[in-house]
Amino acid sequence: MTKMPQATSLAIPMPEPRLHRSMTSFRTLFSMLMSILTGLIAIFAFVPLLSVLFMLIWRGIARLNLAIFTELPPAAGMTGGGFGNAIMGTIVMVGVAALIAVPFGTLAAVQMSEFGRNSSTSSVVRFCAKVLTGLPSILAGVFAYATIVLLMGTFSAVAGGIALSILMIPIVMLTAEEALRQVPMKVREAALGMGATRTQMVWKVVLPTALPGMLTGVMLAVARAAGETAPLLFTALFNQYWFDGNLAQPTASLAVLIYNFSSVPFKNQVELAWCASLVLVMLVLAVNLIGQRITRSSR
Amino acid sequence: MVSHSRPPSRLDVAWDRGFRFLTWFMAWATIALVLFIVYKVTESAFPALQRYGFSFMTTSHWDSNREKFGVLPEIWGTLYSSGLALLFATIFGVGVAIFVSEDFVAPAWRTLLKNVVELLAAIPSVVYGLWGIYVVIPLIRPMADWLHNNLGDFPLFGTPFAGPGMLPAAIVLAIMVLPTIAAVSRDALVNVPPRLREGAIGLGATRWEAIFKIVLPAASTGIFGAIVLGFGRALGETMALAMLVGNSGVISVSVLSPANTLSALLANHFPEAQGIEVGALMYAALVLMGITLLVNVIGELILWRASAGMKGAH
Repeated sequence: MTKMPQATSLAIPMPEPRLHRSMTSFRTLFSMLMSILTGLIAIFAFVPLLSVLFMLIWRGIARLNLAIFTELPPAAGMTGGGFGNAIMGTIVMVGVAALIAVPFGTLAAVQMSEFGRNSSTSSVVRFCAKVLTGLPSILAGVFAYATIVLLMGTFSAVAGGIALSILMIPIVMLTAEEALRQVPMKVREAALGMGATRTQMVWKVVLPTALPGMLTGVMLAVARAAGETAPLLFTALFNQYWFDGNLAQPTASLAVLIYNFSSVPFKNQVELAWCASLVLVMLVLAVNLIGQRITRSSR
Repeated sequence: MVSHSRPPSRLDVAWDRGFRFLTWFMAWATIALVLFIVYKVTESAFPALQRYGFSFMTTSHWDSNREKFGVLPEIWGTLYSSGLALLFATIFGVGVAIFVSEDFVAPAWRTLLKNVVELLAAIPSVVYGLWGIYVVIPLIRPMADWLHNNLGDFPLFGTPFAGPGMLPAAIVLAIMVLPTIAAVSRDALVNVPPRLREGAIGLGATRWEAIFKIVLPAASTGIFGAIVLGFGRALGETMALAMLVGNSGVISVSVLSPANTLSALLANHFPEAQGIEVGALMYAALVLMGITLLVNVIGELILWRASAGMKGAH
């Protein structure tokens, strides 16, 4: 008969617990080395952003003057000029996109959070919205080309706006749903208990409470759409002239101007591309900052 | 006594019905929109689908005069550039995520770093493209030349550096997907129950033993989901690639060689395409959509499983 294994293991003398770790042991050194490496990686993550901002300011600010906003893009080889029409085109197309995406996204979010919460339809809708978030932006352009451009027979601001709206809808929808879900259940129950219909509850109680969060989502979506190029390349194309209120013609945008001017061999155009980048980044960052302000002030 | 509460009037009830129908309709419209996008692209690609069949994906011509089209180099370029970018972005993204989720520095610095990474995501891709042309390419040229001259026998550096090409495109692409990977991995790391880490430290583990043996394995599903989502972003990214990848349909393992991707092909050829070339481009868009949808759905499913797995742990 052998001894029980448990007894043997108990019989092994426990080593004295060591409460101090030598500073030169491999484990300590390895840990320190990894901490330094991670720190370096984190610092290195700053480099691209600093470099982009530095280049934008250094090369962009040289041309930043009033003519930029009031003049048309120069033809190949010409000097001077600006990109006022591109700024205007970007604003118009993002406006068209927001007019479609904000009601669409908000109403669908209300359905998901208020009327059909936890229903299987809502899960499918949410899944579809996430699929749309992951849709490459150029495919939004391909879709708008296949539906609108081929139908109208021309590149247009409408097609560009619709392409952008497909990118905005999921952002508006998912952030609005998140904001609506933050509204406490008690508030809804109180409204219903007072005899409000569910629509009155949504309009008078839930939406006003969730408004800051929803606006943040709209701002994020606007910032994203303003910087997009790929969906506009073959939906809005570009236009050398001013936007004259006609939505059914090719329209200029800042992003496409930067793309067109980035690889031409003319110094003037390249300078304008940098300046347009500076304007675009400032525009996008300003919209982002406003969005963050709204969230912060509501807390 | 005046009572302010009254039963809903007939108008209220009608408005209630109408509004609820409207929101219901918009929710279903989202589903319809996704299906319609898939349908419309497939339908537009159908002529080319019929004419070129499967060989479209296994040949490498893009000749609109002779109406011969194939996207094998573009598929290769899309996967290769995204893979390379993911390699860089994972190292840096997970590094940053560990840095901001552990207590290496004061919370103020962590918030600053988090904001910086978010700012990276806010910069439009066309600006990154411009930056890539005028900063990244000149910056890596000496290094790339050295690599080709000294390690040219190694297939990765087998061709001379031509300027626009795989390496600058992958570097810029990595910077663009870094925010996605960093943010989603950070969520996964923050969701690891603190008890696990405290337990490891309490048993005498060093900080990095706790990270490598406890925290990272516990968050691994979430981090993997982050990487897959980042891959999906990289596959669909257009502008930086159209501006930096060189737009030449060659298949090469050399990172110094110019290449092409599906999205760059679409960006460059769509504005002037006519006739069957539009169909061929639609087919290419369909291939791109298939690849990205597959990758994104897998990523979402992994993340969903990760969050389901963490539910019991809190």
